[in-house]
Amino acid sequence: MAGDSVWVLGTSMTRFGRYPDLDAVDLGARVCLEAFTDGGVTVHDMDVMAAGTLFQANTSMGQRIQKQIGQTGIPVFNVTNACATGATAIRTVYLAIKAGEASMGLAVGVEQMGKMGLLAGGSKVEANVYEPSGRFGAVTSVDGVLGTATMPGVFAQAGMAYAYENDGVGFEQFAKVAYKNHLHSTLNPLAQYQKEFSLEEVMDSPVQSYPNTLLMCCPTGDGAAAAILVSEERLRSMPKRAQKRAVRIAASVLTSDPYVESGQVQPDVNTLTRNAASQAYEKAGIGPEDLDLVELHDCFATAELIHYDNLGLCERGGAGDFIDSGAPFRDGTTPVNVSGGLISKGHPIGATGVANVFEVTTHLRGEAGDRQIKGAKVGLAHVIGLGSSCGIHILEKAAA
Amino acid sequence: MPSTQQVPIVDYLRIGARPYLRASECGYCGARYFDRRNACAKCGRVEFKNARVSNRGVLRSYSIVHRAAPGIPVPYVSALVETDDGTTVRSNLVDCPSDPDHVRLGMKVRLTTYVTGVDDAGTECVAFGYRPA
Ligand SMILES: [Zn+2]
Repeated sequence: MAGDSVWVLGTSMTRFGRYPDLDAVDLGARVCLEAFTDGGVTVHDMDVMAAGTLFQANTSMGQRIQKQIGQTGIPVFNVTNACATGATAIRTVYLAIKAGEASMGLAVGVEQMGKMGLLAGGSKVEANVYEPSGRFGAVTSVDGVLGTATMPGVFAQAGMAYAYENDGVGFEQFAKVAYKNHLHSTLNPLAQYQKEFSLEEVMDSPVQSYPNTLLMCCPTGDGAAAAILVSEERLRSMPKRAQKRAVRIAASVLTSDPYVESGQVQPDVNTLTRNAASQAYEKAGIGPEDLDLVELHDCFATAELIHYDNLGLCERGGAGDFIDSGAPFRDGTTPVNVSGGLISKGHPIGATGVANVFEVTTHLRGEAGDRQIKGAKVGLAHVIGLGSSCGIHILEKAAA
Repeated sequence: MPSTQQVPIVDYLRIGARPYLRASECGYCGARYFDRRNACAKCGRVEFKNARVSNRGVLRSYSIVHRAAPGIPVPYVSALVETDDGTTVRSNLVDCPSDPDHVRLGMKVRLTTYVTGVDDAGTECVAFGYRPA
């Protein structure tokens, strides 16, 4: 075991859903306090804090949470990185510990979205007098004229590009992903939705952006998640029970999208995920076949399917066969999104990347209750934010 | 009488007798861009020349959009087209029913233009799309 590893000491998340009577600070403060309790520490043990939120990114979220949980004067990094915001908060604390500037830190991700509906794509604005503006010299809004920029559409196109290049991938394979994740969510009391739908119900639900139907799209919602990270040296000075429950971060990786030809019209969610995965596997010294569970970024069913391939969970080009074989179901060879995934657990954007680490950590500790993957020792948490940014954390159970 | 004034919806669409898309092409590595450039995202160089993008290509991906912002007519087909000279373009697939039975991955398409709106001064906005070839 590497002596300079960083460990997850404590963690917590709210159930994802709707909290109209609370604000984002309430949600963030709640999970921070719970994570302190979980780790057996207090705010006075923290050397550094990173707070992730997307829609309130300019509101000093970290400091606002500190004013509810304890203002100790430590440095706060307020971070934003689209849907990789939470993973970026974790990586920020990880880096501070790795750099030797901190021995324990707090990462929190929070979002209050309410019922935001369709994201991106903009609105229909008809100009009174056409005047070119912006980097494309557009004279009017182009969404719906020059294709789509909405999230369900962009990820639908990512999936259909994969279907064009590979056999055995179509509407039914994408639908199976959503069927699986809704099914998994019935065991997770923290999921926004906990309802099973048949494959037919998934396929027959209203089309948003073909092939993504409504039940193949993640909802918007509210929620928060927190994680306490600690250096190995400091962990060794802590009580045996804390050491036993701690989970080692075997890899922490963040990538952005390198140039690809098609990137200017269609965000490339593949290359940066592939790059992050290969770096993460190398750092952790493991391969995808060693993973006992994976929480990956299924913002849409089409996204999950292509990430089977991007993360190396299946043979190159084999994502259709992979879902058809049942491999990513919780009783399969590589359980994927046993939490219900973004599709059913929910996707309060800033919280998502921390919640994935919470989920994997909880399984590795053997504390996941009804949804526990028995004997899980290694797990991977993946998020991707369009723009683009990809975060991967590989976590390992403490040696007994 | 001169005909009605027309403007392209974006400046990389060149309208006239033979409409086409005009890209900024990196003078060093050949990467093509449709937006205003500061430097090349592929190689970092700063010299660009204009390039005429082929009007013909194949449908590499699509989505049939049923839900969009208010005022945008649905359903429509958002298409990713790879032109014969290797440039990826996004626009709507037009002159084709918006259902998976008619939209086929790999189908040959070609550029077309049409009037998509008129402003208060009577100027027409010309958009481009791709139709089955
Ligand atoms: Zn270049």
